[in-house]
Amino acid sequence: MGVFVDENVCNGCGIAVEPMCVRDCPGDLMILKENRKAIIRDNRDCWDCAACVKVCPTQAIAMQLPSSVIVRGVRLKGRAIKHKTTWKLKLRDGTERSYETPATGTPPFNPSL
Amino acid sequence: MNDIEELSCDLLIIGGGAAGCIAAVEAREKAPDLDVLMVEKAHVYRSGCLAAGISALNAYLTTGETAESFLRYTVRDTHGIVRDDLVLSMARELNEQSHRVEKFGLPIPRDENGQPLKRGRASIKILGERIKPILGKAAEQSGARILNRINITGLAMHRGRVTGAFGFHVRTGRFYAIRAKATLLCTGGTAGLYRPNNPGMANHRMWYSPFNTGAGLAMGIRSGAEMTSFEFRFIPLRIKDAIAPTGEIAQWLGAKQINALGEAYLDKYYQHLGGSRMTTQDRLYATIQEKLKGRGPCYLDLSNVDARKLEGTTRAYLSMAPPAAMLLQDEMYYGRGGGTMAPVEITGSEPHVVGGHGLSGFWIDNERRTTLPGLWAAGDVAGGSPKKYAPGAWAEAVLAIRNMIEDVQTRKVVELDEEQVLKERDRVFAPFEDHGNAGTSPRELEERLQKIMDEYAGGISQMYGYSEGELKIADIHLRRLEQEFGAITASSLHELLHAHELMDRVTVSQTLVAHMAHRKETRWHCYGERLDFPERDDTRWSVFVNSVRKGDNIEMVERPVERANVDVVLPPLADGAIIRHGSE
Repeated sequence: MGVFVDENVCNGCGIAVEPMCVRDCPGDLMILKENRKAIIRDNRDCWDCAACVKVCPTQAIAMQLPSSVIVRGVRLKGRAIKHKTTWKLKLRDGTERSYETPATGTPPFNPSL
Repeated sequence: MNDIEELSCDLLIIGGGAAGCIAAVEAREKAPDLDVLMVEKAHVYRSGCLAAGISALNAYLTTGETAESFLRYTVRDTHGIVRDDLVLSMARELNEQSHRVEKFGLPIPRDENGQPLKRGRASIKILGERIKPILGKAAEQSGARILNRINITGLAMHRGRVTGAFGFHVRTGRFYAIRAKATLLCTGGTAGLYRPNNPGMANHRMWYSPFNTGAGLAMGIRSGAEMTSFEFRFIPLRIKDAIAPTGEIAQWLGAKQINALGEAYLDKYYQHLGGSRMTTQDRLYATIQEKLKGRGPCYLDLSNVDARKLEGTTRAYLSMAPPAAMLLQDEMYYGRGGGTMAPVEITGSEPHVVGGHGLSGFWIDNERRTTLPGLWAAGDVAGGSPKKYAPGAWAEAVLAIRNMIEDVQTRKVVELDEEQVLKERDRVFAPFEDHGNAGTSPRELEERLQKIMDEYAGGISQMYGYSEGELKIADIHLRRLEQEFGAITASSLHELLHAHELMDRVTVSQTLVAHMAHRKETRWHCYGERLDFPERDDTRWSVFVNSVRKGDNIEMVERPVERANVDVVLPPLADGAIIRHGSE
């Protein structure tokens, strides 16, 4: 386990030559199936870097770690937008927590971030 | 050679990670007339070690620090075996290169005086989730040609000089033969040599990028380049299960290392190693000793940490190691702590061959030239200068590029030797042959490699210790494994990539074992834990252990340690003796 693509949400990045997740995976693990939905070749190979999670324009990809590392039900989603990344972390009882991490821009930045 | 894509360039950069991207930028800035080609096996936006991001620059001279003070810190951590020249020349570039990446858009928070927020003497906080796309885009905008999806497998040689490289496109399967006047290797270090911390489905939940598989080291070894200090195996202390950095909690939140009895064990039991100021490897060693003494496991104590600050830590982990953010938050609410925050268990990772944290890699000169003319090395693939991290990789890349620009002024591109091209093409695609029942998969051989290294070359299960007899068995098994390369079968291009990654890791392992067998002392606990030679021997072993592979033989060479004119102090010997080197 590593990442899961929600086939109801994934649109294969429309007419793009290459879906964003397929482009960005550092292990070249994401592929497009014949139905134009993305899938990971093998979750055993996933590094859990979340590159695909963040870059997916439809937020169809969630990260879920193998159960030898963390209990089922803990899931992470994220979205990289221009100057920040927004995150949604679902804990095992369904509680959802939201975060923001600044990503690009011009200094100075508020040290409390 | 109709089915072969032939390319030509002035400067070839192999690997588009931290070092490669800055190399491309530097080359185009300093020599806009040169044709610069960078090849990358994935895509430069998220490839290499920085894929998930980073939350600190751990090689940055904060106020009051100098290149010389950085060297003192490095010499102490390596117990004297370090290339002073490489460390000093790199350290002088650290801040300038960090500020350059800041200008590309990397956010570096600053205090009211405009100084970056300090995490340690050589460490500052950054907001680095997007650091790799920032570097990748800077490389794209530099005007360098970038070819993603090309996995380089070997170096082209002409009369002892590197004249280019060979590889294949991981999507089209097309074979590439590239001619270059000068070649820079930025392919990173090696993960996956040893059985990793987590099993099966979670086997890639590891510290170092599992996609850094030692390609550059292996092609250098095959071409007869001199390698250094593989026996300094870097093993970081990590948060258990998530295998994420402890520095975020230890440095930023000030959490102490405690044992199962709640004792701050570094100061209580290990004053002779320096207490809480001990070297990186001794922290790991002390943690293992606590287990053996019945006081394990060990933790980072979060009971005195402000919960609001932990939210900041969660954000930092999201920006570099998302699994740690998941684990931390989940533990916070459902952990064993009750009202207070449960302590975070710590453990050592698998051992790595990596020159960015440790010492191992290509033996290079101060211009970052390898021993093969025409080939330079920078970043995790280059040895002799540890603790370089991302800023040091940038520093080495610019130093290499400046020398390469000078070197190519009067050079011409050399035509590739057809026989060499075809031989490498056959080697690259050999796993596509059908071996029937005699065939074996890259994954199966990976399991075997990791079992050999774990059990006979001081892996996690051996608490990193090893002796002569075990290394001999490792060597025999690795030779047998190498003989099975011909039976490796790949059924897709992706599996072909895995086949080459596996073969490269076996080649790196063979040189690693030869180095471990040669150094008959224990200078670095855990990194090089010779159970049959448990003490540091400065009289005999204050040298670099280097090697050159010639065919099946790995020839060992020793090189002297040359101290710069800087006062340095080594950690005490077992009898308490303090060794000083310096100008007086």
